[in-house]
Amino acid sequence: MKKYGKFAALITVVVATMVWLGVSGGKQSQSYYKTVNEVHSMGPKAYGQRLRLEGNVAAGSIQHVGNQTEFVLEYENTQMKVLYTGTDPLPDTLKDGAQALADGRLGQDHVFRAGAVQAKCASKYESKPGLSPGQAAPNINAGKSSI
Amino acid sequence: MENLGSLAILLAFCVSIYAVTASVVGRIKRKPFLIVSAGRAIYSVWLLVALASGILVYSLLVSDFRFSYVAEHSNRSMPILYKFAAWWGGQEGSLLFWTFLLSTYTAVVVFTNRRRHRDIMPWVFGVLGTIQAFFLLLNNFIANPFRMLAVDKLITSVQDGQGLSPLLQYPAMAIHPPMLYLGYVGFSVPFAFAMGSLITRQPGDAWIHTTRRWTLVTWLFQSTGIMLGMAWAYHVLGWGGYWMWDAVENASLLPWIAGTAFLHSVMMQEKKGMMKVWNMVLISTTFFLCILGTAMTRGGLVQSVHAFARSDIGKYFVTFMALGIAATIYLILDRLEYLKSESELETVVSRESSFLFNNLILLASCFAVLWGTLFPVISEAVSGEKISLDADWFNRLMVPIGLFLLLLTGVGPLFAWRRTSVESLRRNFQIPGIAAVVLVGGLFAMGIHHVYALISFGFCMFVALTVIMEFFKGALSIAAKNSMNLLRAMVELTHRNTRRYGGYLVHMAIVLMFIGFTGQAFNQADTREVKIGDRMTIGSYQLKVADLQMGETPVYQWHRATVEVSKGGSVVGTLEPEKRFYMASKQATSEVAVRIRPNEDLYLNFGGMSDDNQRAILQAYIRPLVSWVWVGGLVLIFGTLVCLVPSKVKMQYARTEVVGITKTHATIQK
Repeated sequence: MKKYGKFAALITVVVATMVWLGVSGGKQSQSYYKTVNEVHSMGPKAYGQRLRLEGNVAAGSIQHVGNQTEFVLEYENTQMKVLYTGTDPLPDTLKDGAQALADGRLGQDHVFRAGAVQAKCASKYESKPGLSPGQAAPNINAGKSSI
Repeated sequence: MENLGSLAILLAFCVSIYAVTASVVGRIKRKPFLIVSAGRAIYSVWLLVALASGILVYSLLVSDFRFSYVAEHSNRSMPILYKFAAWWGGQEGSLLFWTFLLSTYTAVVVFTNRRRHRDIMPWVFGVLGTIQAFFLLLNNFIANPFRMLAVDKLITSVQDGQGLSPLLQYPAMAIHPPMLYLGYVGFSVPFAFAMGSLITRQPGDAWIHTTRRWTLVTWLFQSTGIMLGMAWAYHVLGWGGYWMWDAVENASLLPWIAGTAFLHSVMMQEKKGMMKVWNMVLISTTFFLCILGTAMTRGGLVQSVHAFARSDIGKYFVTFMALGIAATIYLILDRLEYLKSESELETVVSRESSFLFNNLILLASCFAVLWGTLFPVISEAVSGEKISLDADWFNRLMVPIGLFLLLLTGVGPLFAWRRTSVESLRRNFQIPGIAAVVLVGGLFAMGIHHVYALISFGFCMFVALTVIMEFFKGALSIAAKNSMNLLRAMVELTHRNTRRYGGYLVHMAIVLMFIGFTGQAFNQADTREVKIGDRMTIGSYQLKVADLQMGETPVYQWHRATVEVSKGGSVVGTLEPEKRFYMASKQATSEVAVRIRPNEDLYLNFGGMSDDNQRAILQAYIRPLVSWVWVGGLVLIFGTLVCLVPSKVKMQYARTEVVGITKTHATIQK
């Protein structure tokens, strides 16, 4: 049985190492998925937590202030201002009405500071037919950080 | 014609249910004619599904916008290739494509085994038929590709379609889904054989021999699919990387890992009659991970940037998987005594134990990826909070696992069966070991202090040398015996035992890829806002913005930067990253410009133009060693193909094996 002891010991070491690796960094890597209205209802508990904020980009809310980009995410009639603090240009798909996920923290001033933003095309990869062909194309620059 | 398509899939659904019933009843009641009719039913399912697919593809090609699927995924200006690729560009079509592949595979299985395995084939039909029926159920009632556009019961059409997402209009992307699907679907066949063999309580490992090629080919498709996906991400998405542990990427990786574990552990069963339960578990895991993968990409089970349609199709998948997994577990537990091991592990330093650890690590990594991917779902079920884990978490876990696996690819194949002597360890590992230490020392002295990178390069050197030495040793002895030159001797050597040396080539490919992965430790990135005439420096390159232009084609508007690249004072070329905005789909895409060199890629992305069109945002990345990943991918394909070539010598060994003399190369060729 001695050899099985060796195998058991080796297997335990391997598995334990993995569990340790998985758990040890878990906290910093975790972020809570919340929709805008859920964050509102969290109250003061939301401050400082790492969150993934989900909502739709409010029409016309994308603004470039200095070097930074601001927009408003809305979800079921609640809104939240998002300040983008990351360095990479915002995704091509971030535009009015797009479903977006902002990864960051809510400050005491009720502004959500996001280091990363993901956005889905409003109709996702699956687009709905029947949009009128004459509709004006949105500004190609929308959603880009600029001076 | 739309009615014909709908009718075809409806009939196919009924016929596939008939096939399942007929083959199972026929097998239990011993009525051969029923089984024969089940086989024919399977051919007719193929005909019907092929007809339905043909109709869908035809309407895509002729832009018949009465079909809502065509209107959503195609438009008039798309090239023919992408019109065809739109077949798998959307949910309904890709599920039909799944069914088409599965019915094709099933028909091939029925045909090639028409005179073999009479006792297990009915169950194989049964299992494959059930999977088929499930997908046809989805095709018919959940995601019907033949839905028409209608206003008040009056079929209408639109002037022009939405077009395939421009992000997907890229050659690698046109073939990436079919490759992955060929892989996803292909694992159904070994799974069906495993179940057939389990249900009929087959004592041997006939199912493994029969399906070895299937498994390898399937694995090859899947590997190719994953590589193409990575290449697409790198060249199209414009963020300078190829893997971000996104749910959909993980969905393709999971069955690949489980399949890799399966490919290794079947060797234990073939050669030693061990790990029989384990192999059943592995092939079932692989299969269900394939279904899970399809559910994840198609059912929106997990939030993903890939953002395919979210629909309630997920719950059908979950139900199907739950039933299937329950049945599989029951079967395995009920028939444990048929899966007894014929020998046992002897020492820790042996081939057996290296397989054991290979499996342990692969499965553990598979579980880790699955855990991380499903964590939002799990945490929501447990605590009501949807929590996601970021790429850092995956990297922290997967980098050490990957390194350990890399080491195993080198040492595993050189351990002897049963036990390995110290002498043979020294003989095999002394030179590679010393070389690895020297390399690491040298790199350290040159100023590379990244721990994982050093370990990785050291292991790469070690594994590469062990593989090369194997080839040389074998080739030298053949060359001496047959007076050949060394190169021919190597070909001869490989041909004599394609499985072994093909496997070494695949291991070599893994080394090449790891060299590429390790390059990530030295990535550099810079983002600048520039105007014409501006310069920026990244790594050893000086970039000068020579021009910023904009323009329009009938399909899209574009912004382009012309960037002059110089290195050490002399101009080495120009790069023209571009941003496009597709009018039909109102979507922007990035056309990155990459200067590819073996040591590093210079990767430029046009981030966007400022509102006054005077300045552009330029993202510059240096991505060392990326090309090695792609080269590794090609070597992997080549090595797997070598494994598929029948060995020259195996037949002779197999004959001696019958009398039980030799135990090396003792593989029975079916």
